[in-house]
Amino acid sequence: MAAVTLKSVKKNYGTTTVVHGVDLHIEAGEFVVILGPSGCGKSTLLRMIAGLEAITDGEISIGDKIVNELEPRERGCAMVFQNYALYPHMTVSENIGYALKVAGLAKADRMARISAVANMLGLADFLDRKPMQLSGGQRQRVAMGRAMIREPDVFLYDEPLSNLDARLRVAMRIEIRKLHQRLGTTSLFVTHDQVEAMTLADRIVVMNKGQIEQVGSPDDVYHRPASTYVAGFVGSPGLNLLSVIIDRASQQIRFKDGQAIALDSTHWPHLPEGPVTLGFRAEQAAIVSEGGLTISPHFSEALGPSRLLHGTVGAEQAVISIGGTQHYADDAPLQAEIPSNAMHFFDPVNGRRILPLP
Amino acid sequence: MEKRATFSMGWLGFAFILPQILLVFTFFYWPTGAAMYWAFTLERPWGGGNEWVGFDNFRQIFADRAYWGSIIRSLMFAASTAILSMAFGLLLAVACDRGLKGYQAFRTIFVWPYAVVAPAAALAFRFIFAPEAGIFASLVKAYPEFWNPAQNGYHAMAMIIICYSWKYAAYCFIFFLAALQAIPRSVIEASALDGAGVLRRVFDIQLPLITPTFFFMLVISITDSFQDSFGIVDVMTDGGPGKATELLVYKIYFDGFRGLDYSGAAAQSIVLMLIMMVLTFFQFRYIERRVHYS
Amino acid sequence: MIERTPLLNLATYAVMFIGALVVFVPLWLVFVGATLTVREINTPELHYITGSHLFENLQAAWARGNLGGRLLNSLIMSLGVATGKVVMSALTAFGLVYFRFPGRMLAFWLIFITLMLPLEVRIVPTYAVAANALWPFQSMLDVSGLTGLIQMLSGIQIGLEWNLLNSYTGLVLPLIATATGTFLYRQFFLTVPDELLEAARMDGAGPFRFLVEFLMPLSRTNMAALFTIMFLYAWNQYLWPLLATPDRAGFGTTAVVELKLLAPTVSTNGGGTPDWNVAMAGCLIVMLPPLLLVAFMQRYFVRGLIATEK
Ligand SMILES: Nc1ncnc2c1ncn2[C@@H]1O[C@H](COP(=O)(O)OP(=O)(O)OP(=O)(O)O)[C@@H](O)[C@H]1O
Ligand SMILES: [Mg+2]
Repeated sequence: MAAVTLKSVKKNYGTTTVVHGVDLHIEAGEFVVILGPSGCGKSTLLRMIAGLEAITDGEISIGDKIVNELEPRERGCAMVFQNYALYPHMTVSENIGYALKVAGLAKADRMARISAVANMLGLADFLDRKPMQLSGGQRQRVAMGRAMIREPDVFLYDEPLSNLDARLRVAMRIEIRKLHQRLGTTSLFVTHDQVEAMTLADRIVVMNKGQIEQVGSPDDVYHRPASTYVAGFVGSPGLNLLSVIIDRASQQIRFKDGQAIALDSTHWPHLPEGPVTLGFRAEQAAIVSEGGLTISPHFSEALGPSRLLHGTVGAEQAVISIGGTQHYADDAPLQAEIPSNAMHFFDPVNGRRILPLP
Repeated sequence: MEKRATFSMGWLGFAFILPQILLVFTFFYWPTGAAMYWAFTLERPWGGGNEWVGFDNFRQIFADRAYWGSIIRSLMFAASTAILSMAFGLLLAVACDRGLKGYQAFRTIFVWPYAVVAPAAALAFRFIFAPEAGIFASLVKAYPEFWNPAQNGYHAMAMIIICYSWKYAAYCFIFFLAALQAIPRSVIEASALDGAGVLRRVFDIQLPLITPTFFFMLVISITDSFQDSFGIVDVMTDGGPGKATELLVYKIYFDGFRGLDYSGAAAQSIVLMLIMMVLTFFQFRYIERRVHYS
Repeated sequence: MIERTPLLNLATYAVMFIGALVVFVPLWLVFVGATLTVREINTPELHYITGSHLFENLQAAWARGNLGGRLLNSLIMSLGVATGKVVMSALTAFGLVYFRFPGRMLAFWLIFITLMLPLEVRIVPTYAVAANALWPFQSMLDVSGLTGLIQMLSGIQIGLEWNLLNSYTGLVLPLIATATGTFLYRQFFLTVPDELLEAARMDGAGPFRFLVEFLMPLSRTNMAALFTIMFLYAWNQYLWPLLATPDRAGFGTTAVVELKLLAPTVSTNGGGTPDWNVAMAGCLIVMLPPLLLVAFMQRYFVRGLIATEK
């Protein structure tokens, strides 16, 4: 178990920079999920920690060692790859035990540890099979076993669940979390699936275009998004984002289409006069009979427990969530009330969050 | 695998394949059939009738020490060129596959010999190994017995083996490098994380994963050495000195066209065909293995 | 991947460097040989420093080997084989994959069995066929008794004769009578989704249109690869042109076959020392076209090799 620290870590491929100076500290034993869209540099970050890619600039330390120049095998990291990267010519037991064999452990010791790991992962019956003869979920377990057996300081997972079907994905997610509770190994888990991120993480790191947008607990990221990017990316649907103008004199929030609602300026003392971006969650707006924000819905989606009404305010999109059994005529305008403490405001230029009460 | 969607006009499909069927019939099946006919009969092909002689022609060639000599020489040639060119090709491929800076330039260079026309390479090596002008010239001046491929059969054999392997190593290199690069990078990375160093990875991961290619190349290089050696032998040694470099195809050519012994040449062709077919059969089996891995 | 393996890297470079030397040294010696005079080259020592007679030697080789005409022969034959192979392979594979007709599987096997046996092993009878390409058909008529029947009925003696020796047709046809490219195209067509044909058909495309406007553009890289490989294969041919062009004074032969005559062997000149400088100059000329082709088409070439051998 070891802490991992990144200090302004950069990565260039030729002239393009794919990771722009990332700072991050991961506590020993923490489970951190890196969340971001495809191509944002998540894998690159992970691979730099593992030593599979050289870093262009900055410093990475694991435990109290700076590992910039260390080879992968000297870093004490184990990695689970997206395509599992099992050795196709070795049996399950050889796959799991390969690291021990390289380390020169005696065969008897090796077998003992292999069978312990295999039992923990429910692989005991497959030890003599080749990876070709396993199902996707079983291969996934073998990859986990191969990482676990070395008792590494850090586990690195690069989208390990994305090749599994939906049900298996949920099951494996729970297993990974349980495993972490049992072993307590520092873990970094890369995914672009926000449900995975929310359910697994102690802390989530949201990345975009090679930069960290926000680091925080799942609650933080969901309820206190640090930027419009995080706001739109996290949650399904993402935060509603509407351009508004703050009029402190009349204590009003004015919308592009001329509507206005009341502003609670005691709650928002630092809110600047003029244009800002207003955000609110679909499920935190309540439908009222009058005095709310008028939204014109044009279609609805039934999700089971809830129903999403998609509509517009002026030219902008807004989504409201209502109970799954409630019905609403698709084309009649509705009034939505947004409680003051459910409002988020963002700088319209750089997208950063504007804090409420200090 | 079959197509679900096809065109309905079957006759048109037949028309599409007709040219190739005609060609294959005329230049493959008919000659192959003729070779069989001649192998079991005795008479010149363009005069009078042919007399059925059963296995006489085969008995005759197998009773001929010269024929056995050429079989043994061909096998020796096949084995030594296969070992030399595969070892070299594999070594260079493994080196290139490490992807060190500038390896692309080396890769381009290593492919070249394959593009050098075999008879031109043969002529070049004949010059390089010429006792009067090549690399051994000064040694030969001092010790005339040291090197003389025009007189010494072993020297001549060594010369054609080196020339052929020089060219064929490039071919092996191309295939081995392609096979090495087809191994998913993540498998190599996983083994690096598991603690295996560069050499250990070569022996534990990379070589085992390309064994199918290895066997495939082994068979291909043996069958190729039977057919592609002709130009090199003809340009470098004419099968000599004596018969020291007379390989199977060269002997078929020599007996058929210089000796005008069509029946003997045909019987030799049939034997060679059988050898090739057995080898190809093995190759098909290994191709299946290869598909299995990926 | 971060690897601190200075010694191993050094060893790797050493291996690659030695490999490059092994490739280069013979080529360099050939080049040096082509720049010397006869006197210089026949001094018994290793010649590794260039002389100043390259141009004369090239000219001498060009004139002595009649290389202008020979290279043209090689070029026509190679283009013929490459083009013929690409066209025929595409047509055959198209017929086999996109149509259903009785005997299709039989045709498939008849064609693919040809992969097993190269031209070299059936060289003698192939020569006989080239001497009269209609021999197979004449024989079939004879054996079936049709010749006699026709002669009895009409009084005409059927004697089919079509000599292919000393002709481009004769050089090309036997070399394209194999399944190499057909297999490549078949594999490719099988990977084309069925939906493409269904969509094309809905747009009113018939078989010819589908082949020319859909499959051909899709298989461009395959085509380039196959063309490169077949061109090299044909340029490299030695035994077949040697036999198929007996008329050296008239039709001539290919440049590659001609090469041997620049440096005669014991059997042809009784063991005299050849004019090595001219021979090496000829060597350079004949080597050049395929080297250039490979240099420009390396990607296709490597890809084609691997695909056709599978
Ligand atoms: N070897 C390379 N050379 C050049 N660019 C690269 C290389 N590897 C990755 N990139 C680029 O770096 C960026 C980040 O890639 P990375 O693989 O880290 O993305 P990712 O966040 O893991 O995406 P995904 O979710 O699709 O896996 C991408 O734009 C990619 O094109
Ligand atoms: Mg990735």
